[in-house]
Amino acid sequence: MTRCLPVARALVLVLRLVQVQVLVSVLTLAALAALPARADDGRRSGLQFMGPALQALQRDDGQNPAMLWVQDGEQLWRTPAGTAGRHCADCHGDAPRSMAGVAARYPAWDAASGGALNLPGRINACRQRHQQAAALPAEHADLLALSAYLGLQSRGQPLAPPDDVRLAPLRQQGEALWQQRLGQLNLACLHCHDQRPGQRLGGAVIPQGHATGYPIYRLEWQGLGSLHRRLRGCVVGVRAEPWGTEAPEWLALEAWLAQRAAGMAVETPAVRP
Amino acid sequence: MADTPAPRVRMLIHGLDGLRRGQPAELRVTLAHPMDNGLRHDGFGNVVPRNIVTRFECRLDGDLVFAADLYSAIAANPYLGFWLRADGPGTLSFEWSGDWGFNHRETRAIVPA
Repeated sequence: MTRCLPVARALVLVLRLVQVQVLVSVLTLAALAALPARADDGRRSGLQFMGPALQALQRDDGQNPAMLWVQDGEQLWRTPAGTAGRHCADCHGDAPRSMAGVAARYPAWDAASGGALNLPGRINACRQRHQQAAALPAEHADLLALSAYLGLQSRGQPLAPPDDVRLAPLRQQGEALWQQRLGQLNLACLHCHDQRPGQRLGGAVIPQGHATGYPIYRLEWQGLGSLHRRLRGCVVGVRAEPWGTEAPEWLALEAWLAQRAAGMAVETPAVRP
Repeated sequence: MADTPAPRVRMLIHGLDGLRRGQPAELRVTLAHPMDNGLRHDGFGNVVPRNIVTRFECRLDGDLVFAADLYSAIAANPYLGFWLRADGPGTLSFEWSGDWGFNHRETRAIVPA
């Protein structure tokens, strides 16, 4: 039974994609019309593809379960780590002041390592260089907690990927990957997220795929997860073999997505279905 | 998984600042908990044993003001919202209990404005 299920799901997926649905759901349109348009260029956050109950879950900090991780991140910010015995606040001070707008500028170029870093990468670099602590593995609860806490300090601010020519090759690679057909289903990211947003894939509404709220609390995960984890889910979803955990492809996609969503408001910590 | 140390229990309490003397106000609590319903299988095909929170109680100075029984259909990280009227300063206790001897209790001193 469990072996048949993925095949059945893949079939549904293919069937959904070959149906060219001319009409976007009236409900979705009504929901879009009710929301204030931030940038009138047709870009819509994933928030606007969700029902009112889920939107409320994200918007109300008293309900948003991602706040469990934010609370953790706030404590970690003031907890010494590593042999240096220093905590983040020793250098950075009060996060709501010093970290406002910082998360909106990643991935960024890191001169010390001569490469690009995303926000979790920057947190790990700080741990290794300044706290003399071991890097946290991907999807570690503490890394997600700190990322969520820092992301929250930029909530509502426009995504502002740095205007840095050294990031250009990475963004180009990411854009190429975005257009690259992958897997047994032979689909590229753009086939769903550029060409068919608002339509359905199985039971789920396809969003435009703007990475504005990471790390997100995903109901399917029943927990917080990074953009890397979400991308991996999509790559597996088109039945491709995902790149390794440390592969540069993930960062390239992240850099391209940041460029693609430039100017949209940061929503961290977002809730998604 | 049984041998790993129990992770620190995390809990959110919202609405305490909104308490006004003699006025009902909404409190919201969220508990970080997997709420495994006992029906899922892990990657090796073994049944993940049921591990849920079964009871929540809120007490004001020892008097029960709100309680809820939770069952296996409730999603991970349960959220509860309820209304409370406090007529003066006191101590609120929030207690969760569940399978495998799970018990978590936090207290907050309240001073309604």
